[in-house]
Amino acid sequence: MARIELRDVAKRYGSVEVLRNINLEIQDGEFIVLVGPSGCGKSTLLRMVAGLEPISSGDFLIDGECMNDVRPRDRDIAMVFQSYALYPHMDVARNMGFSMEIRKAPVAERISKVAQAAETLGLTKLTDRLPKALSGGQRQRVAMGRAIIRDPRAFLFDEPLSNLDAALRVEMRLEIARLHQKLGATMIYVTHDQVEALTLADRIVVLNAGDIQQVGSPLELYERPANKFVAQFIGSPTMNVVPVLGTETGVNVGNGVEIRMLDQPLTAQAKELGVRPEHIDVLDNGAGDLSAVADVVEHLGSDTNIYVNAEGIGPMMVRKHGNIPVKSGDRLGLRIQAQNAHLFASDGTALRRAC
Amino acid sequence: MSAVRKPNPLLVVGKYAALAFYLIFALFPLYWLLKIGLTPDALIFSEGTRLFPSEVTFSNFKTVIFQTDFVAYFRNSLVVSLGAAFFTTLFAAGAGYAFSRFVFAGKRIIIALMLITQMFPLLMIIAPIYKIVADLGLLNSLTSLIVVYTAFNIPFATFLMQSFFDGIPKDLEDAAMMDGCTRFQALRKVVFPLTLPGLGATLGFVFTAAWSELLFALMLISKNDAMTFPVGLLTFVSKFSVDWGQMMAAGVLALIPSCLFFIFIQRYLVQGLTSGAVKG
Repeated sequence: MARIELRDVAKRYGSVEVLRNINLEIQDGEFIVLVGPSGCGKSTLLRMVAGLEPISSGDFLIDGECMNDVRPRDRDIAMVFQSYALYPHMDVARNMGFSMEIRKAPVAERISKVAQAAETLGLTKLTDRLPKALSGGQRQRVAMGRAIIRDPRAFLFDEPLSNLDAALRVEMRLEIARLHQKLGATMIYVTHDQVEALTLADRIVVLNAGDIQQVGSPLELYERPANKFVAQFIGSPTMNVVPVLGTETGVNVGNGVEIRMLDQPLTAQAKELGVRPEHIDVLDNGAGDLSAVADVVEHLGSDTNIYVNAEGIGPMMVRKHGNIPVKSGDRLGLRIQAQNAHLFASDGTALRRAC
Repeated sequence: MSAVRKPNPLLVVGKYAALAFYLIFALFPLYWLLKIGLTPDALIFSEGTRLFPSEVTFSNFKTVIFQTDFVAYFRNSLVVSLGAAFFTTLFAAGAGYAFSRFVFAGKRIIIALMLITQMFPLLMIIAPIYKIVADLGLLNSLTSLIVVYTAFNIPFATFLMQSFFDGIPKDLEDAAMMDGCTRFQALRKVVFPLTLPGLGATLGFVFTAAWSELLFALMLISKNDAMTFPVGLLTFVSKFSVDWGQMMAAGVLALIPSCLFFIFIQRYLVQGLTSGAVKG
């Protein structure tokens, strides 16, 4: 079990700085998800924790002990790779038991541990197969088996589900969640998929262009994003962001309508208004703050997605629970739920609510 | 769903006919070698270009093995070829791994230089090579051939090995190191077994190249006891006559090690070893 700390960690390749001022404390047993668009440095950060990439500056500690220069093999951390990275010339059992083989663990112990891991992951019948004879999901399981057999201080996952099809991804996501519950180990998980992040994480670290944008629980990020980037990255469908003119008591949207936001401070500095698709009410034509024309309507059964053209603003998206009888071309009234809306200053920083 | 389409029988026949034609085309010279080797000397010219000899004899083979220095040539060739193949593959594997995995200063220049060495006709550099070997006192030694063949084959063998290492995902080494290997252990336990086809191909390539090399062997070796087999073949050519039957018999015998070598390494050549390592 491990408490992991990153202090002012940075990564440079020559003069290019790919990670800056990374400060993060991960508690023992915590499930941390690093999320961000491709190229944001999240995989590099994970590889630095693993010891596969040197740390350019700053300190990396496990249980208070500096691990900067400790070799990967001595960090007692297991990693599941995006590509699975199974040894193609070894069968499933040997793949899973390889770490024990290297550490010269007693054969009997190795066999029983492999059997136990195979049992946990439903691989018992496949232990004598080579990786090439396995399906994608089975390979993924072997890769996880290889990690859990070691009983490491921490687990690292580098986009482990991105090569699986949608149905399998949901299934494996659940398995990873169960695994975390069962083992209670510290886990760091990298993904670009915000659904994985929101469903698995105790805390999410949002990275963009080498900087930590925000660290918080899934709900914190959803309800109180620190800036426009986090607001738009977390939540599906994406938050609508429209330019506004801030006043003392609210904001003026494109059509001159003022949306009163008395519970928000600093409304005068607001340059943009962010509102999630699920926080817009659909009313009859003429009612509400904005008038809009439905462009495309998606009936998903549980939800209805309405892509609208709002007067004076442009395209926006509205999501309502249940089946809403709206057709393409209908004129609607929209009301923005002021209590759920977000305001952003000109640099994208969220203007925090008083509460 | 449409049923699997039956292939056009004409197309199948055509395919096999083309293959058969190619096989005959490729194997005929070998057959001719064997045929002349088995024909009694007296009949080689008198019976003309018959497809089958009217009489078969092993006397040419017996003469070659028991009454000439062929066995010594053969042994010399084996030493030189195996030596060159071993050292070339050893160095090429190291260099190929470095080119494949590491970023270092001067990498591009080194690759370019290695490529340039392949652009000179051998005849151009034979004199300087002779001078170097003579100054080192290595003339008439098998060592000189091993060194020269190794030097000449390293560039191509390095590129060959590099492409094999490129085909082994770096993740596998990372995974091995996470699993507790040192870099060297990761190489030995994970990368090396997966590189066997590449090592086999490189060994085979250098072995055959060295086995059949004539030019340098002719230049650097003049003493009979250090001659390799291609040079030895020339001893069947005398001032006034060519001993065709014995020369062909020696040629047939010389094919044997190459064949054995490829039978031995072919199982490493054909295995698709890395399949299943990563996604796909």
